[in-house]
Amino acid sequence: MDAMTATVSGAARGAREHGRAGVVIRVNGPLVEVEGVDGIAMLELVALGPARVTAATVAIAGERATLQAYEYTGGLQVGDRAEATGRQLSGLFGPGLLGQVFDGLMRPLSSAPIWLTADRAPAIEDAETVARAWRFAPTAAIGTTVSPGDVLGVVPDAGSVEHRVLVPSDASGVLTWIAPEGERCVVDVVARIGDREVRLGEPWPVRVPRPFRNRPAGSVPLHTGQRVLDLLYPVARGAAAAVPGGFGTGKTVLLQQIAKWSDADVIVYVGCGERGNEMADVLDGLSQLVDARTGGRLIDRTVIIANTSNMPMMAREASIYSGVSVAEFYRDMGYDVVVIADSTSRWAEALREFANRNGDLPAEDGYPADLASELAAFYERAGRVTTLGGAEASVTVIGAVSPPGGDLTEPVTTDTQRFIRALWLLDRDLAYSRHYPAVSWTGSFARDVVDLGSWHVANGDPGWPVRRARATALLAEADRLSALAEIVGPSSLPGHERMVLLGGRLLRDGVLMQNALSANDGFCSAAKGAALLDMVLTVVDACERLIESGVAATTIEQADHGLVLRAREETGPDDADAVRERSLEALRLLEELR
Amino acid sequence: MTATNPLPAAASIPAAPGRPSHPETDPRLEAQVSYGDVRELRGPLLVLGDVDGVGWDEFATVETPDGARHGLVLEVDRDRVTVQVLESTDGLAPGEVRVRFAGRPLEIVVGPGWLGRVCNGRGEPLDGGPPVTGTTTMPVSGWPLNPVHREPPHEPVLTGISVIDALTTLVRGQKLPIFSVPGMPHLTLATQIAAQATSKGAGFRVVFAAMGMTHADIAYVRDRLEERSAAGELVLLLNAADDPVIERILTPRIALTIAEELAYVEGHDVLVIMSDMTSYAEAVREVSAARREIPARRGYPGYLYSDLASLYERCGRIRGRPGSVTILPVLTMPAGDITHPVPDLTGYITEGQIVLSPEVDARGVYPPVDVLSSLSRLMRSGAGPDRTREDHLDVAAQVMASLARARQAAELAELVGSAALSETDRSYLAYQGVVEHRLFDQGADELRSLDDTLGRAWAALAELPERELTMLPTTFLDRFLSARTETP
Repeated sequence: MDAMTATVSGAARGAREHGRAGVVIRVNGPLVEVEGVDGIAMLELVALGPARVTAATVAIAGERATLQAYEYTGGLQVGDRAEATGRQLSGLFGPGLLGQVFDGLMRPLSSAPIWLTADRAPAIEDAETVARAWRFAPTAAIGTTVSPGDVLGVVPDAGSVEHRVLVPSDASGVLTWIAPEGERCVVDVVARIGDREVRLGEPWPVRVPRPFRNRPAGSVPLHTGQRVLDLLYPVARGAAAAVPGGFGTGKTVLLQQIAKWSDADVIVYVGCGERGNEMADVLDGLSQLVDARTGGRLIDRTVIIANTSNMPMMAREASIYSGVSVAEFYRDMGYDVVVIADSTSRWAEALREFANRNGDLPAEDGYPADLASELAAFYERAGRVTTLGGAEASVTVIGAVSPPGGDLTEPVTTDTQRFIRALWLLDRDLAYSRHYPAVSWTGSFARDVVDLGSWHVANGDPGWPVRRARATALLAEADRLSALAEIVGPSSLPGHERMVLLGGRLLRDGVLMQNALSANDGFCSAAKGAALLDMVLTVVDACERLIESGVAATTIEQADHGLVLRAREETGPDDADAVRERSLEALRLLEELR
Repeated sequence: MTATNPLPAAASIPAAPGRPSHPETDPRLEAQVSYGDVRELRGPLLVLGDVDGVGWDEFATVETPDGARHGLVLEVDRDRVTVQVLESTDGLAPGEVRVRFAGRPLEIVVGPGWLGRVCNGRGEPLDGGPPVTGTTTMPVSGWPLNPVHREPPHEPVLTGISVIDALTTLVRGQKLPIFSVPGMPHLTLATQIAAQATSKGAGFRVVFAAMGMTHADIAYVRDRLEERSAAGELVLLLNAADDPVIERILTPRIALTIAEELAYVEGHDVLVIMSDMTSYAEAVREVSAARREIPARRGYPGYLYSDLASLYERCGRIRGRPGSVTILPVLTMPAGDITHPVPDLTGYITEGQIVLSPEVDARGVYPPVDVLSSLSRLMRSGAGPDRTREDHLDVAAQVMASLARARQAAELAELVGSAALSETDRSYLAYQGVVEHRLFDQGADELRSLDDTLGRAWAALAELPERELTMLPTTFLDRFLSARTETP
């Protein structure tokens, strides 16, 4: 119930009177001051100058208002017209999102020109979106009483999941009319509840969280297909995770792997202030890959929001909210959604940039004082919920953090850590030695690990918690001993300790490392991951027994461990049996050392 | 226009796409009124009062008794306009200055007329020739390229330099910076790449933007690239260390605007070298400080990331068009600190980095690349089967991983002595020597084929016991490892 009261006034106010206009009195990059706009409201959008550049209201003082422009303001003059639009920044939420690429303001990029000039129409007026027809099939009957979240009908062919048209959160009562099966555009009315017309696509103000019924207890893991995450630092569906890492630590590759392989229904990939080539690569890669669960293309379960680093800075700030609103839209249909935001640091920098231009007093490192609360508000839009329609669904948020200079004590990194359930810290030393994914086992955490362990125990893998505990203990012990070995030399350590060092290496290279490019290794099923880890732990036990029976440590160290180390690459992504066969073979070869 | 005229800007030329401006109907263009109410002169900033009808980011001409200077509008506030003067405000006196506004952001003439020319940091000829002419103008700030229309880069650029081709393969349409420290041969390396780089056998058009470089360095670059220049394949934009500082903010933008036209309209593969980005960033910082903006790190403004991105992101390829823009920024890291804001922010934007190291240089290796800190993010799509050679990616991964292990062995050897090392660790030390001197080290004009380079990589790996080569599939070991192929 907690979010039921959330306002949708921004969307509903679209019909308010137009023609309220004032003039521009100051332009400083994206910061614009206007004067004389009658009844201007906070966050209301204003169209500036002859190019009708979109700007949002962020401060009002008497007759004057301060706006942040979402586009390049070059050429904008003092005295140019500033026309209030009566609405907040909104996306048009209907069929046609999956498989598409949007900018930070939710305008489709596929219909935009090669060069993104400042004079494009707002999202809810995009001609191509508005004109496209979809096959609508009603599922609710006229005369029934409906309430928010109930399914009115479906659009079967709008992406890899069934698109469900729901009763909006502000409508309930008797369904007086519903459109028969047929072609409909997003602006067409498909149902009438009392007097409220429901269209195939409805605008939603992206800064407002979409309401839901409640947050049920319990944790269900999100399987990412990345072993170091699934085996050591799992994330629950509906939780928030952060991936801090300096440049070159493999953040983007890891996030792209999660976008490709995690077992969610819908992925929203927000490229916030990142590279254009990378977005093109994501689009290309997802278009070519087959979704093993549906047989369709992976791109058809994905919505990409691309606001690259050279696109206007304030639209970058909006892109995060656009992305999470899209996720909530699909969550409300009953789906599990993952939002990947790369990178939240660029979003925070946009906040800082604007606050500085506005003359706000800075807190830490020039960031505004409300940085932590803005971050909290964003990550809290994650959650596993009971939707208004009664379905269980989730929005999992995974945010990349790009700490300047790799400094993990900087404000965005430290504030983010307070609001998330899983931290996947990327380590520069691991990345430099080409250990990918470079997820550190000393700095990362997973706060839901106990609950998720119980889920595994109850769902067919009773060994999960023990296996994870042994792996983390082995890694920690191997780290401690290798520090020692650097002082005394590894050959002067006793046999048992040398086996721990060997085990650490087998675990790191044979299980935790994962080759994103490999057809066999890029994705790893839960069963294969468990089998790989079991194999290493069994081999380590066998090595210990060999030491106890008097075999020299050097002999064991210099044996060929290729069978174990190559298993992840040379067995299929879900071939746990082949791993177990290798495990037996590796044990047999070890026995020959006696 | 005379030879001393500024950029072939503004006036009667059709506007860029998306910008509605028709000289006959747009009142902003026929104005050309001049203003003289100078309220403030501070650092590079000139504040005018009593101004009307001037837009943000417009180009301005500052007329002084000694000739014209140029500027950009940084802020309009009621009747006050703040102008950033490219040639600095030194010597300006409030009563003697008139400022005209162009009615639009700065545009330059673009086209093949730039090839073979040598110009200053604002694009005015230094070679005694006439101003560059052409029929098209483009705004120097450019427009963002729609990511949907980008072609993901995937064709390798072969530089003939082993360490780059083997381990950090450059890809057509990539942005790959060279991180250096003063005294390292970064200009030798950058010019060697410019002179030798080919993609599918064809060479590149080169646009070289020098920002704050010494005259000695500029002379060296001109000498190294003479062949390209003679062939009419080179554009030089030179802002020397003693040239106006603020002009440097414009230099890379002009270079990239020229490059975009050569690539996407003329269909060339263009390599843009920008050196030194640290000097560029210092110019940005100077303007920010004069405006009393709140600094982020080390006095650099919070928008330095976006500012650098607006340059670096202009690399790439467009779907369905032949040309490409590949960007090779060169920067010197103050005190060798890779966490300094300029290399740090650059690294977050670019697709990898080539890091030069004084330690490697001291061992007599050219180019002195610290390979473990270096990376080409696009290599995975630009190298390997159908791109370079099928074993390329696996060999590169193995060379890197083994080097990381060799570095550990070397550190261990310093502590406990190499005699206390295991036989395996000693083989890693031997491997490191072979890799550095047989694979990485080469001449400043030496061009190596990719097969030669990869052959050297395999020869170095042969120093290691075969059981250590776990990143190489057994099929490659059978085919390429010399120990096996020589004695079957």
